[in-house]
Amino acid sequence: MSKISYDGPILEIDQLSISFFTRLREIPAVMDFSVVVQPGEAVGLVGESGCGKSTVALGVMQDLGVNGHIVGGKIKFKGQDLGKMSAEQLRDIRGNEIAMIYQEPMASLNPAMKVGKQLIEVPIIHEGVSEKEALRRAKEVLIDVKLPDPERILQSYPHQLSGGQQQRIVIAMALMSKPSLLILDEPTTALDVTVEAAVVDLVKDLGKKYGTSMLFISHNLGLILETCDQICVMYSGEAVETGSISDVFDKMQHPYTQALFRSIPLPGADKNSRPLVAIPGNFPLPHERPSGCNFGPRCNYFKDGLCNTQAIPMNKIKGFERHFSRCSRIDEIDWDTPISNSSQFESLPPGDVVLKIDNLKKYYEVAANALFGSSGTYKTVKANETLSFEARESETLAIVGESGCGKSTFAKVLMGLETATDGGILLDNENIGSTPIEARDTQTVADIQMVFQNPFDTLNPSMTVGRQIVRALEVFKYGQSDDERNDRMLQLLDLVKLPRAFATRMPRQLSGGQKQRVGIARAFAGGARIVVADEPVSALDVSVQAAVTDLLMEIQRKEKTTLLFISHDLSIVRYLSDRVMVMYLGHVVELGTTDQVFSPPYHPYTEALLSAVPIADTSIEKKHIVLEGDIPSAMNPPSGCPFQTRCRWKKDVPGSLCETEVPPIKTLDGGHQIKCHLVKSKLEKMEPVIKIAAE
Amino acid sequence: MALFILRRIAIMLFTSLCLTFVVFFLTNLYPNLEKMAKTQGNFRMNDEAVLSFLENRGYLLPLPVKYGEWLGVYPGYVIEGSDGEIRGRCFKSDQIPSEAPRYCGILQGYWGYSTRFKSDVWGIVTTRLGLTGILMFWVMALMVPSALIIGILAGMREGSRTDRSLSTFSIVTTATPEYVSGVILIAVFASSAFGLKWFKGTATAAMDNPNLENFFLPVVTIAIYGMGYIARMTRASMAEVMTAQYIRTARLKGVSFPNIVLKHALRNALIAPFTVIMLQFPWLLNGVVIVETLFNYKGFGWALVQAAGNNDIELLLGVSVVSVFVVLVTQLISDIGYVYLNPRISVT
Ligand SMILES: Nc1ncnc2c1ncn2[C@@H]1O[C@H](COP(=O)(O)OP(=O)(O)OP(=O)(O)O)[C@@H](O)[C@H]1O
Ligand code: SF4
Ligand code: SF4
Ligand SMILES: [Mg+2]
Repeated sequence: MSKISYDGPILEIDQLSISFFTRLREIPAVMDFSVVVQPGEAVGLVGESGCGKSTVALGVMQDLGVNGHIVGGKIKFKGQDLGKMSAEQLRDIRGNEIAMIYQEPMASLNPAMKVGKQLIEVPIIHEGVSEKEALRRAKEVLIDVKLPDPERILQSYPHQLSGGQQQRIVIAMALMSKPSLLILDEPTTALDVTVEAAVVDLVKDLGKKYGTSMLFISHNLGLILETCDQICVMYSGEAVETGSISDVFDKMQHPYTQALFRSIPLPGADKNSRPLVAIPGNFPLPHERPSGCNFGPRCNYFKDGLCNTQAIPMNKIKGFERHFSRCSRIDEIDWDTPISNSSQFESLPPGDVVLKIDNLKKYYEVAANALFGSSGTYKTVKANETLSFEARESETLAIVGESGCGKSTFAKVLMGLETATDGGILLDNENIGSTPIEARDTQTVADIQMVFQNPFDTLNPSMTVGRQIVRALEVFKYGQSDDERNDRMLQLLDLVKLPRAFATRMPRQLSGGQKQRVGIARAFAGGARIVVADEPVSALDVSVQAAVTDLLMEIQRKEKTTLLFISHDLSIVRYLSDRVMVMYLGHVVELGTTDQVFSPPYHPYTEALLSAVPIADTSIEKKHIVLEGDIPSAMNPPSGCPFQTRCRWKKDVPGSLCETEVPPIKTLDGGHQIKCHLVKSKLEKMEPVIKIAAE
Repeated sequence: MALFILRRIAIMLFTSLCLTFVVFFLTNLYPNLEKMAKTQGNFRMNDEAVLSFLENRGYLLPLPVKYGEWLGVYPGYVIEGSDGEIRGRCFKSDQIPSEAPRYCGILQGYWGYSTRFKSDVWGIVTTRLGLTGILMFWVMALMVPSALIIGILAGMREGSRTDRSLSTFSIVTTATPEYVSGVILIAVFASSAFGLKWFKGTATAAMDNPNLENFFLPVVTIAIYGMGYIARMTRASMAEVMTAQYIRTARLKGVSFPNIVLKHALRNALIAPFTVIMLQFPWLLNGVVIVETLFNYKGFGWALVQAAGNNDIELLLGVSVVSVFVVLVTQLISDIGYVYLNPRISVT
């Protein structure tokens, strides 16, 4: 089918309302939502999980499932009402005029169909071209999405490709028919930061090349800034602010947008001098929305009688062309007041060394042949390769790296869930590296505690919150009597800022952020001296992340705890850590204070990582470094330097040193360590990746 | 892959050994031997005559020795009987005893002699298996496609009216054993009770010349029983696949519903039922015993019933070995087919 020719906006969503009907109730997922996408424009849709972003996307696709219905408003695509189309007309539009890319590439490709077949289907259906012609086009698009060796890829099944490659296939599939509108639903959430950066780059370039309009859904403001022209901020089913990127980022006109920006760690935020401001309270569930403004209960500017009486309409901001905000006090609020922040803290000097890691190694033996294994051949996965560092009292040491770099393995060995293959972990000069957790004494177990990534499955669902904390106290042999332990439990709830009444609640009655607080309370129950936090906030919504992070910092300050903060998110790492350790494929490639790591000289991997992290600040200029290819598998690491397959500095090292020899650790000024063959003069020539543009 | 097949064959041999030993033990219990002697010789034989009858034919040797003989790892007996005749396990009627081989068992390709049919076990097993093979072929040809079609139609729109009626049908058929459905089918279609008389109630004629009239009822009786189970497996599998992300991807690519089902869902949905279909074989053999007897179709199942009824030791053993073989070969095919259907599993 040929494309519809039309001059107006590609997509007009006008006062759209979508509800899901369940046995219990109607769930209004999207209410009074309007947005316009002009030809060639990219519109970003941001919001926390559950705010209705994907529902809007599926609404546009008219694929809401059996219980989802559009209950109001219109969606017009090139001037035609999608809601009035027959199934046949819709089929002609899907994949041809509007294509969609999803979050999980693996799940969106058919596992039993070769990639090539899945690709050629699109033009065969929509344009009736021959198989040969379709194959030719598929190859072209594969080259466009920068996949090496298209012939081989066409003949592969999805499971034979890596996550990044799969996502490129999904993108290629969406571009096969050169659609006018591309909907991307969190297209990079499942990918690693450096791979994400490459994919985002690709999407941007292709959007330009093909003149495709985009609706880009994400919860990451930084990504939206990098990819879009327009932005629409959603909160609890409604659009609360829409406008161009620069209007919304720099001249925001809605309290939620403002609060959101203040709660994410941008460069310039600092845990001591400029702490994050968390948004109080929790995100309301669709059926528990307040009357009037949805953001009312969490809004600093809330005014009784004005904000909670009737539904607030979208208001046009005076003096702007396409800037709207859903707030009744736009004109009364002084948007330029600086963050009226309260608390500033003295930074604490780090104390004595409490933990010393000495040439720690952890290797796993895995059967090379998983299905018909036991036939002898084993491979060694070097999950941790000679780690050495020290951590001091009241210090925050961040461990940064992408998936498979060995962060979690290290945490497991430290906790005693695994034992070290070689080397030692010295806690107060006592080696605990090869003592499994069952063999550790109570004091050691209480001293090293962990806060897990996912608060949802670390709490026992059938035990009250109070009981779980008391259990932990019993395990740590705290106190003489039950009363004493109960008192301590209530104090711990105070410590993590949960109401004491929560002691009798069940975990399912708590929100994600509250559960994570219980997890923190439990970790500190035995007076832990070292707390390992493995991505403690990455499963939480943006608006509660700040609150949990700040809580962690505050307790640390009070208890003088050593915090090992494991994360892949460099923004938060820069914000809260004193020292940073960067890992790649089991190796520590860089170690130094936060300032040393975040400013040149960098390890080439750190440099790329910094460039890859999206930053939601329009005044930031980043150097553009895109890494080729994927992270190699730990089963089959490259020879020599682990980073040599993707390094852009390799050519500055004479000979084939990078390919043949694992680089030694070089100690630069101030104890800054870098594991790289580059000579000092080259390292010194590196330019900063992130620059704050002069105003 | 070769190793995998080798291991499967080893398991098969081991299972056969165990099973045949159990059968051997049971059929060699004295009361069973006595009964056999009386059917073979003379019903009015006294205890002593029975004893010498058995003695002369080597039945009273120790169990391991007899088992060894049957396997062919122990020399066959040569006994000068109380009646003066020299009998040997390996003697053939027209052969001079001195020329007879020393060993004659499975390993030498000698499957024994059926006391019931008075002929070679191997010959009986192969002809009967051939007849049953024809029956099974038609059962499969009817059952598998209809079960898959029912399952797919039901599963592609879960909860629809088609789904509910087809699911009810499948449950009813699996819940009805063959001896019930067989009798009902005969009553309805082959007797004067309903005056339909479309098909024949006996399949004896089908042994030489199978046609719709004489073969339809036994085939349907077995097929209908297995069908419900496979259909329900397929439905569950299909319903699950239809909710997968990649089906949504296909839908949003603009693929039409029939093509979504045929090109995208089918292969994924068939992975689970395929194993089930192959594992149905042993159960079908079970049904074959009942149906062959009911319709008087002289196949493998019928031979088994005859052998068991007459304590025909060597025929029973032969039947056991062949059954184990059939079951394990189908399992092997099922595993290999599974690997073929599911590209995520690779054997090498
Ligand atoms: N139990 C195990 N057996 C074999 N290999 C393992 C095991 N646990 C981890 N590995 C391997 O060790 C390497 C490091 O894994 P680890 O989970 O520590 O990485 P990570 O940085 O935490 O990744 P992510 O960010 O995805 O959690 C990986 O290649 C992983 O496959
Ligand atoms: S309407 Fe009132 S409560 Fe809502 S965002 Fe504006 S000021 Fe806050
Ligand atoms: S050693 Fe070579 S390959 Fe490795 S990071 Fe340094 S320059 Fe790059
Ligand atoms: Mg991990």
